[in-house]
Amino acid sequence: MDFITLLQQLVNGISLGSMYALIAIGYTMVYGVLRLINFAHADIMMVGAFAAYYAADSLGFSLSFAFLFAVVVSVIVGILTDKIAYKPLRQAPRISLLITAIGVSFFLENLVNVTFGGTPKSFSVPEFFEQIINIKGAILTPTVIIVPIITILLLLVLLFILFKTKYGIAIRALAFDVKTVSLMGVDSNKIIMIVFILGSSLAGVSGLFWAISYPILTPYMGVMIGLKAFAAAVLGGIGSVTGAVLGGFILGFTEVVFVAFYPEMGGYKDAIAFVFLIFVLLFKPTGIMGINFEKSRF
Amino acid sequence: MNKNFIIYLTLAILFVLISPYLFDDYGVRILNNIFIFLILAASYNLINGVTGQFSLEPNGFVAIGAYVTALCLLSEDLKWDLFQLEDPAPWVLALNTSLVPALLLSGVVATIVAVFLAAPVFRVRGDYLAIVTLGFGFIIKVFAINSPEITNGSIGLNEIPSLINIYWTGGIAIITVLVMLNIVYSKYGRAMKAVRDDEDAASAIGINTFKIKTMAFGTSAFFEGVGGGLLAILLTTISPDLFTFFLTFQLLIIIVLGGLGSMTGTIIGTVLVIGGSEWLRFLDGPMNIFGIQTEAHPGLRMVIFSVILILVMLFAREGIMGKKELSTILRKKFKKGKDDVRD
Amino acid sequence: MMLEIRNITKKFGGIVAINDTSFNINKNEIFGLIGPNGAGKTTMFNIITGNYKPTSGKVFLDGKDITNKKNYKIVREGIARTFQNIRLFSSMSVLDNILIGFDNSIKYTYLESIFRFPRYFSQEKKTKEKAYEIMEFLGIEKFANELASSLSYGNQRKVEIARAMATNPKILLLDEPAAGMNPNETKQLAHLLFDIRDKFDITILLIEHDMKFVNHLCDKVLVLDYGKTIFEGKIEDAIQDEEVIKAYLGDFKHA
Repeated sequence: MDFITLLQQLVNGISLGSMYALIAIGYTMVYGVLRLINFAHADIMMVGAFAAYYAADSLGFSLSFAFLFAVVVSVIVGILTDKIAYKPLRQAPRISLLITAIGVSFFLENLVNVTFGGTPKSFSVPEFFEQIINIKGAILTPTVIIVPIITILLLLVLLFILFKTKYGIAIRALAFDVKTVSLMGVDSNKIIMIVFILGSSLAGVSGLFWAISYPILTPYMGVMIGLKAFAAAVLGGIGSVTGAVLGGFILGFTEVVFVAFYPEMGGYKDAIAFVFLIFVLLFKPTGIMGINFEKSRF
Repeated sequence: MNKNFIIYLTLAILFVLISPYLFDDYGVRILNNIFIFLILAASYNLINGVTGQFSLEPNGFVAIGAYVTALCLLSEDLKWDLFQLEDPAPWVLALNTSLVPALLLSGVVATIVAVFLAAPVFRVRGDYLAIVTLGFGFIIKVFAINSPEITNGSIGLNEIPSLINIYWTGGIAIITVLVMLNIVYSKYGRAMKAVRDDEDAASAIGINTFKIKTMAFGTSAFFEGVGGGLLAILLTTISPDLFTFFLTFQLLIIIVLGGLGSMTGTIIGTVLVIGGSEWLRFLDGPMNIFGIQTEAHPGLRMVIFSVILILVMLFAREGIMGKKELSTILRKKFKKGKDDVRD
Repeated sequence: MMLEIRNITKKFGGIVAINDTSFNINKNEIFGLIGPNGAGKTTMFNIITGNYKPTSGKVFLDGKDITNKKNYKIVREGIARTFQNIRLFSSMSVLDNILIGFDNSIKYTYLESIFRFPRYFSQEKKTKEKAYEIMEFLGIEKFANELASSLSYGNQRKVEIARAMATNPKILLLDEPAAGMNPNETKQLAHLLFDIRDKFDITILLIEHDMKFVNHLCDKVLVLDYGKTIFEGKIEDAIQDEEVIKAYLGDFKHA
C-alpha cells in the first residue's frame, strides 16, 4: 500500500475512531465515579442520532439546530436515566445497578423502535459533507476531516474542565473515594449528574457525527458501537479520558486498515474490538494509561 | 434425602408424563418452550444468581449448542444439499452422531469455549464479564455468518431431524434443575454463594474464587449448550440471527423476577415470563383500549418487558422468592429440627 | 517459632506504611499488635495473610516461607483471620458460614456432588458434626439454622471466629475482636480466647485498642507507630516505656 492510500486510511480511521472516542469518554467517566458500566450510554448516542434525524426530517431544522437539538435531547435522556434508574440504587449491590442499566438500554432501543418504526432511517446529509476532496491522490470528504478536529477540541475542553475547574476536580476526587468526598461537603449526586451531562452531550455529538458519516440509522445501532467504544475505553485505560480517546483512535484506525488490507475478511472487523478487549484483560488490565482504581478492599 | 423433595420430584415427573394428554398442540408447544427456557434459566441462575457474577452469556452458548447439535444430526447427504454458499468442510461432513452424543457434545463445546472466555475476565475480578459476554454473543453471530463452510452462513441450517418430544424437554429440564440443586447444596454451592456475598472474605477463608467462578460459568455454559441443541431440534431450522440478545434478556427477567439465586423462583419466573410473553403478544398488534382503536406497534411488548425489569430492580430487587427456596418457607412454617438443613 | 516477620517494609507509592519491622511469635503465645490509628497494624495483617505483597522482607510460618503466596493458599498453610467489621456471608445460615471454613478439608469432587455419590453424604455428615462441635464450644449451636446476619453483634463475632477455626489454623489473626463490646462481653471474649488457645493448641495474634483487654490476654505485645516498631515485649514493660507513652499520649492511663 502506498503512502497516499495509507494516509487516506489513517484519516478515515481517525474519523471513525473519533466517534468511538466520544462515546468511550462517557463510559470511562461514569465507570470512574460509579464503578458502573452504563450499558445505556451508547443508546444515548443512538437517541442523539435519531433526534438529529427527527429535527432535520420532520421539524425541518437546519443542521446547526439539529445538532443542538441532538445534544440537548441526549443530555436530557442522560440526566433522566441517572435520576430515575441509577440514583435510587446508589447503595444497592453492584449487580442490581448493572441489571438496571441493561433494562434502560433495552428500553431506549425499543422505545425508539416503536416510535420510529423498524425500517432503517436515512439521514439526509447536507451536500457540503459529501463533497470529494482530493489531496494529492488521497480521497477524503469534509466529514472525515472535521470530525477528528472537533473531537480533539472537545477533548481539550473536557480536560480543561476536569483539571482546571472546581467541578472537574470534584469529579476526579469522586472517582477515587466517594465517602471522603461526601464528608468534605461535596454533593456527590450533583457531581454525578454533571458527569452524565458531559458524557451524554459527547455521545449526542457522536450520534450526529455518525448520522453524517454513516447515514443509515436503526434503533439497535448503538449496541455494536457501544461494545466497541467500551473496548476502546478499556484499551486506553478505564478511568482515563485521554485513554478513552487514544483507545478510540487506535480501534478506529485498526478497523479501517484491517478491512483495507484484508477485504475478504471484512466481515470479521467487528471482532477486532473484542480481541483488543480480551488481550488487554490478559496482559495489561489497566490499559494504556494504566490507571489503577484498586484501593484496599481488606 | 428430604421427604418433601421426593414428593415434588415425583409430581414433576408425573406432570411431564401426562402433559401430552393434558394440553392440546398449542399448549404442548408452549410447554416445550417453558421446559427449554427452564433449562436455560436454571443454568443462567448459577453464574448470575448463585455466584453473583453478572454475565450476559446465554445467547452465545445457546447458539453454539444449536449449531453443534444441528451439524451432528444432519446426515452427510443432507449437508451436501443444504450448504449453498460453500462446500461443507470435511470435518463437518464427517460429523455425525445420534441424539444424546450430539447434545452432550453441544454442552462440552460450550463449556470449553466458556472456560477460555471467562478465565481472562475472572483473573481481573469480573467487572467486565457482562460486556465480554455481551460482545461474545455478537462475535458468535459474526462467526456464524462468516464461516459458510461450517455454518452455511446467513442461510443457516434447516431440515434438522425432529427427534425429540415433550418427554425429552421435560425430562432434561428436571435433570437440569436436579443438577443445579445438587450443586447448590454442596460445598461448591456454598463457595459460590460466599463469592457472591463477599468475594474478599471468601478468599480470606481459603476459597479459590477464580476457580469457583470459572466452574460456575462453565457449568452454566454446558446446560445452555444442551438447551441450544434441544432448541435446534425443536425449531428444525436455525440461523445466525435467531440467537439475539433478546433471548438473554428474557432469561435475565426470569431469574430477576423469580429471585436471583432461588431455584424455586426460577421455575416460577419461567412460567410467568414465557406464559406471560404469549399472553402479552397482543401488545404488538392493534388494540382496543376502552373503545379506542390503536394501530399495531410491533415492539411494544419489548418496551413493556424492559419497564418491568427496571421496576423490579427499583422496587422489588429480591424478586418473588428472594434467595429462598420453597423448602425454606415451608420449613419455617412447620419448624423442623436441626437435622433438616436445606436452606 | 510459629510466625517470623523478617524486615518487612511496605510502601504504597510514596507512603511508607511499614518500615523495616521484624518480630517473632512463639507457638501458643497470645500476641498483641497495638499502636495508634494508622500505625500500620492492619497493613501488617494483610501482608501476613497474603492480601498485600510486602515491598521487601519475608514472612515465615512454622519455618516455611509464605511471603508471596496467594491469600487463599495461605489459609491452607494454617493462617486464618477475622475482620474488624465482621464479614460474614449475609445470605447464609450460621452453620453454612462455618461449613465454608471446613470446605478445604471436605473431600469430594464436583461430579461426586452432582451425582450424589456416597462420599458426598459421608463427608457432609462428618463435617456437620465437626461444625456442631465448634458451635457448641462457642455456645452458638442454637443459632445453627439462623441467618448469620440476624444474630447479635457479639454472637456474630463468635460465628466469625468459629468460621476461622474451621479452617484448622495454626495461627489465628483477630482484627479488633473486642471492638464494640462492653466490659462484660470483653471479659468473656478473653476467657474464650484462652480456652480456644488451649483446646485447639493454636497461636493467636490480635490487633486491639482496648488496653485492659490486651493487658489481660496478651503474653507479649508489639507497639507500632508510623510503621516502625517502637517496643516489643511484655505489656507491663510497654506501659512504662517512654516511646510508647509518647506515641499514645497518655492512652495508657486507662489500662
